[in-house]
Amino acid sequence: MQETAATDVARSRDTSFHQHLTDREGVLGTLFLLPAILYIAVLVGIPFFLAIAFSMTDVTVGNTSLDFVGLENFRRIIRTPQFQRALINAFLFTLISQVIIIILANVLAVVLSQEFRGKWLARTLIILPWATPIALGTIGWLWFLDSKFSPIDWILQNVGLLGPGTLLGPGRHLNFLGREWLAMASVMTVYVWRLLPLSTVILMAGLTSIPEDLVDQGQVDGASFWRIHFQIKIPLVLPILYIALLFGLILTFGDMVVVFVLTRGGPVYYTQVLATWAYFKGIEGGSLAEGAAIALFLFPLLLAVAILILRTARRMEVT
Amino acid sequence: MAVVEIRGIRKYFDKVKAVDGIDLSIKKGEFLVILGPSGCGKTTLMRMIAGLERPTAGEIVIGDRVVNDLPPRARQIAMVFQSYALYPHMTVFNNIAFPLKAQKVPKRAMQEKVEWAASMLAIAQLLDRKPRQLSGGERQRVALARALVKEPTVLLLDEPLSNLDAKLRASARDELQRFQRHLGITTIFVTHDQVEAMGLGDRIVVMSGGKVRQIGTPQEVYHDSADTFVATFLGSPGMNLVERDNFLVGFRPEQFIPKEATKSQDNLKSLPFKVNRVEYLGAEQLVYGVIEGTIDDDSLILAKLSSELTLRIEVGQCYDFVVQQQQLRFFDKSTGQRIEPRPF
Repeated sequence: MQETAATDVARSRDTSFHQHLTDREGVLGTLFLLPAILYIAVLVGIPFFLAIAFSMTDVTVGNTSLDFVGLENFRRIIRTPQFQRALINAFLFTLISQVIIIILANVLAVVLSQEFRGKWLARTLIILPWATPIALGTIGWLWFLDSKFSPIDWILQNVGLLGPGTLLGPGRHLNFLGREWLAMASVMTVYVWRLLPLSTVILMAGLTSIPEDLVDQGQVDGASFWRIHFQIKIPLVLPILYIALLFGLILTFGDMVVVFVLTRGGPVYYTQVLATWAYFKGIEGGSLAEGAAIALFLFPLLLAVAILILRTARRMEVT
Repeated sequence: MAVVEIRGIRKYFDKVKAVDGIDLSIKKGEFLVILGPSGCGKTTLMRMIAGLERPTAGEIVIGDRVVNDLPPRARQIAMVFQSYALYPHMTVFNNIAFPLKAQKVPKRAMQEKVEWAASMLAIAQLLDRKPRQLSGGERQRVALARALVKEPTVLLLDEPLSNLDAKLRASARDELQRFQRHLGITTIFVTHDQVEAMGLGDRIVVMSGGKVRQIGTPQEVYHDSADTFVATFLGSPGMNLVERDNFLVGFRPEQFIPKEATKSQDNLKSLPFKVNRVEYLGAEQLVYGVIEGTIDDDSLILAKLSSELTLRIEVGQCYDFVVQQQQLRFFDKSTGQRIEPRPF
């Protein structure tokens, strides 16, 4: 009799423990966060600190002993013209493509918020570049910009703009990826193509969240379409626009796939960006330490940009 | 002289007839109230006048121009929305100045006008604030200042008082009427609140189901309701209706009083009133009950009595209640339309 009573107590203690566990938010919170923390620690944290460690040593693929050299790697890479060009390109590609993306995303978001036939088809088509794996999409562009078989060349030839005695010169091919400025423009075009859907969708979500009353009020107050767009809608979606910009900046700055697939940094090293240059130098060239230094170079700047944009967006929240 | 004319206006959203054939004429300087329950089409009607909604059929004339094809900015109207729709990212000054900027008014003149409107509404000290830093009453004033600053021909107000608390609403009502009289601006005011309608309107348009049920002064629509809808919608509580062979007899709850409480004894219609429930409301009391001995009629009848009444009303008792003959209203049973008085 006493025994059964004892087991009853034990059992009830057992269930109360389980009940308590689901009630204890602190424990539950930690449990739920654990996978994310593990993921970040193992796949982001360790490589990040490893890279910092590598960048201050003389490690290479051939010699993996870590001898501390201070900031020597940074000093050495900065002096090379390839790095300087990669740094300039990283800024140039990112800034120019972001400006174009923001302008086009505004236009697209306004157009796609209107009611028209086939709106859903148009919306689906717009989102496709974002849904395609980036490497596959870029391979598509690689064919599209081929030196011999580019359909753009073919169109230009047929409308009489390319070929002997025409506006774009005697050659029958523009050779997009083989000429400095065209190659740079090609890389930026692919960035725009790739990131435009994201910005458009973010902006559309922002525009639809504006209360209808405010737009009506703008009309009643006598404002034209453009005044309503630039003085009411855009200021109201500015915090969201900043988020789109932040994503765009970081995704473009950090990307290596587009350049790697499209030009491999060429012609010469004219389209090299930091990410590809870090790869070529560190992995293909075997100089792990210099590769790490190149990859880390922009980290403080990107961090500052991210913090600045997030803080601005927060301060600007209007309602 | 009519400032706004509405001729046979209709608005259908697919099969829903939001506004179903309305004719209306608004005189210069008039304060017209459009009153009706939610979904009666009153806001749609106002949005059509503002140009935010295109009529399916009919004509809208403002001044002496047909404005059907004109955008809101070309209509010389101003509107205050229920939500006030202040631009949250602009200061009060810029909110009020916005319509002037859209008209490309020179900076100097703009400054003067904004200050004029702000001082008139006693919000001059708030010009540097953002809307989120304002109270409900202040927001309403800013919205009104923004509407008045462009000196519109017609001022449209869409339930502008419904977001204010009860106490503030009474003073805002009073203030609104004073402005309107002072500026002499033609005003159309949409509301579902009959107290606002009665208190503010020179004339009231009672709407239901997309149609106008009656247009008249507050006294006319209240005392001479055109049909059973108007009679029961107006008044709190609405008119009592007693069914007879082929017609309905109506009388207001406040006109239905115990025989002992009346002074004059002639021309009275006496009805035996069995009390079911008494509701004490402070200044007055509502008495619920049925008229006894009438043909299969057990519809609920209300009497609204002063709490000062010395006679005690007990639940379950039957009393002799009276209505003055001339206060009885008669309606057709099938159409609900007002008909001539008849013996009952």
